[in-house]
Amino acid sequence: MGSTSTSNTHGEGLSRRNLIKRSAALGLIAVPTMSFLSACASSGGGNDQEKQKGEVTKDNPFGVTKGGTLDVVIFKGGFGDQYAIEWEKLYKAKYGPEISHLGTQEITGKLQPRFNAGNPPDVVDNSGAQQIKLDVLHKNGQLADLTELLEAPAPDDPSKKVKDILVPGTADKGFIGGKMHSLNYVYTVWGVWYSGKMFKDNGWEVPKTWDAFLQIMQDAKKKGIGGLAHQGKHPYYINVMIMDLIAKTGGLEAMKAIDNLEKNAFVGSEAAKQSIEAIYEIVDKGLLMPGTNSLDHIESQTAWNEGKAVFIPSGSWLENEQLKQTPEDFDMKFLPMPLLPGSKLPFEAIRAGAGEPFIVPEKAKNKAGGLEFLRLMCSKEWSTSFAQQANSLTIVQDGVDKSVQLRSGTKSAVEAVDACPVDQRFDYFYINWYSEMDESIRTASAELMAKRITPAEWLKRAQAAVDKAAKDPASANNKRQ
Amino acid sequence: MQQGKYRFVTGFLIVPVVLYAVFMIWPYMQTFGYSFTNWQGQSQEMSFVGLDNYTALFSDSVFLKALWHNVLLLVFLPVATILLALFFAYMVNVGGRGGAGGIRGVAGSGFYKILFFVPHVLSIAILAVLWRAIYRGDVAGLINGVFIKLGLSDPAHPIEWLNEPDLVLWCVAFVLLWWGVGFYLVLFSAAMQSVPKEIYEAALLDGASRTQSFFRVTLPLLWDTVQTAWVYLAILAMDCFALISVMTPGNSYGGGPDHNSEVMATYLMRNFLSFGKSGYACAMGVVILGLTLILSLVTLRISRRERIEY
Repeated sequence: MGSTSTSNTHGEGLSRRNLIKRSAALGLIAVPTMSFLSACASSGGGNDQEKQKGEVTKDNPFGVTKGGTLDVVIFKGGFGDQYAIEWEKLYKAKYGPEISHLGTQEITGKLQPRFNAGNPPDVVDNSGAQQIKLDVLHKNGQLADLTELLEAPAPDDPSKKVKDILVPGTADKGFIGGKMHSLNYVYTVWGVWYSGKMFKDNGWEVPKTWDAFLQIMQDAKKKGIGGLAHQGKHPYYINVMIMDLIAKTGGLEAMKAIDNLEKNAFVGSEAAKQSIEAIYEIVDKGLLMPGTNSLDHIESQTAWNEGKAVFIPSGSWLENEQLKQTPEDFDMKFLPMPLLPGSKLPFEAIRAGAGEPFIVPEKAKNKAGGLEFLRLMCSKEWSTSFAQQANSLTIVQDGVDKSVQLRSGTKSAVEAVDACPVDQRFDYFYINWYSEMDESIRTASAELMAKRITPAEWLKRAQAAVDKAAKDPASANNKRQ
Repeated sequence: MQQGKYRFVTGFLIVPVVLYAVFMIWPYMQTFGYSFTNWQGQSQEMSFVGLDNYTALFSDSVFLKALWHNVLLLVFLPVATILLALFFAYMVNVGGRGGAGGIRGVAGSGFYKILFFVPHVLSIAILAVLWRAIYRGDVAGLINGVFIKLGLSDPAHPIEWLNEPDLVLWCVAFVLLWWGVGFYLVLFSAAMQSVPKEIYEAALLDGASRTQSFFRVTLPLLWDTVQTAWVYLAILAMDCFALISVMTPGNSYGGGPDHNSEVMATYLMRNFLSFGKSGYACAMGVVILGLTLILSLVTLRISRRERIEY
């Protein structure tokens, strides 16, 4: 299509080219716009590479060829990429391919040109701030359907299928358009975090209700400690608190109403109204850590580590991310969202689920190898190796050897997961499904936290974002039960 | 002989011209093509949508806000930078008085020149990180720290410079000003030094004050340089991508709070990469290109004056 689209310009091409030439000669060509515009340029599609495919056996369900190549790209964030290098050694021992490994934070920058040119890698850990949005990749037919993977024999026990050994909900989290397109590998818990030591020193109890939660923050304020810190420059985090509170107050129905883009997801939802008003109360009573609204994630988390605030929202990667800044005796602890009166879910309910999406591009040269790589990730050996290197749990059931020592924060997160029955764990999907809606709600939340809009206005803005997303034709394919 | 010279010159020019065509002109043409499609940026599948992207663009309130911010910067940035740079350049070159009518800068001008130029040596990325620390919204920020020590602001409510809708754009603009003045100071200094000293001496003997000799002598003689500076600064004001995206709040490419520091470039990138609206983003790119070209031509045309020979 690239050539067709450029032919559209032929009518006006000449005069424009002259204009550009002339101004270029003057040395006035718009240097700044250059970098953006040239980013648009693609090198045209080339989908006719040779595919690598070998014989299919029970032990090799996708028919990986021996030798060949395997191209792996890993997001080098909080988990590093050492774990993947270990995996690749194991993979090489089995199939002996030439492996190319790239650990990077610039997923989009490195991969977008490759997707456009029809020359993507075989496995991608598509994560981090610069991930390529999954909804966009899916709309462009770039994601391999992983149903095949779910149905394949489990690596440690061929009598089971891969789908049987994953933590419940893992497959659903990777659903886009009704089919699994990403293997979200890291079992993540989202919620609020605090220092066990600070609690002990001040004689505070774990707050289970919203009132007790506010009480601690008020107590802290008197002692010159901020109540709640949040990563203000990135409103993603405060949205975790807002959305968790909505799900716990209104139950799973309230959560699904948002994911399913219902007309009363926010406006007209009593749970949403109560929740956002409760969050606003923190702002209104001056319980935010001073300045937190403008700090980025590292700045605010570090201030929190230094004891300048009691609570901070985040996912369970927090401990790993803050390793260097956390004092020895900090005793990091996970707190499920405290309850508003009349909540439908109990205090133990948490947002838990699969994070860190691994994908196999549809046009990968060695698609079979990519799928096999994901399958082997679901083995006990690889899962344990990940837990050791990255200090985090995986979505493989009982996949981590008991000998692996977890740190206090991760340990408390694991305890919280164990305390929460499977049917009370919840997880939002709209973030993967509707990037633009997510962005709009985040912007509204930042305004609310800065006290520039009221809860009523927030509800209106969030609903507007939902209504806009509902008009997207692609939204018809995303429904959760 | 003449023929041989042309061949010689052409031989040198052909490589850069081809490189320029392939890496500059061709991407522009492609962008133009893509701006008429619903391309999503992750594959070569797209269809022709005519002028839809352009019509959508001019009813997109965020884009219009971004455009307005660029216009504000366009008015403020070149004027402020050039005035300050001219003033400082004048002071360090011919502003000094005393001695036997000698024309020279104020005392310590060599040191000032270096000092002013230092910011320009830093890369934009370092600049952004540095100023984020200065503007940081809690007591650990440089300005807030000082303000709180001096009792000018309340430690419970420090000024969140980059999270204030009315301040954020100007905070970023100030960084650009701080960065730019040094460079244009050096540029104007070079131009001033090429002005014969006799002219100043004559003005001085005629009893011209500093202000008079600046407006009657220096500025007219520097007009060409000022004009060039104006065009470059205007182009800079149309961009601002790096600083805005690193310094300001918001999830992808900054522009916050609530689009209050959004410029066309940041909104373009967000649509291009995060939202998968690459065709739409290309339309923005074409608009930016168009505006920048018009701007450059208009600036050159209206500021055209007769050259003063000396």
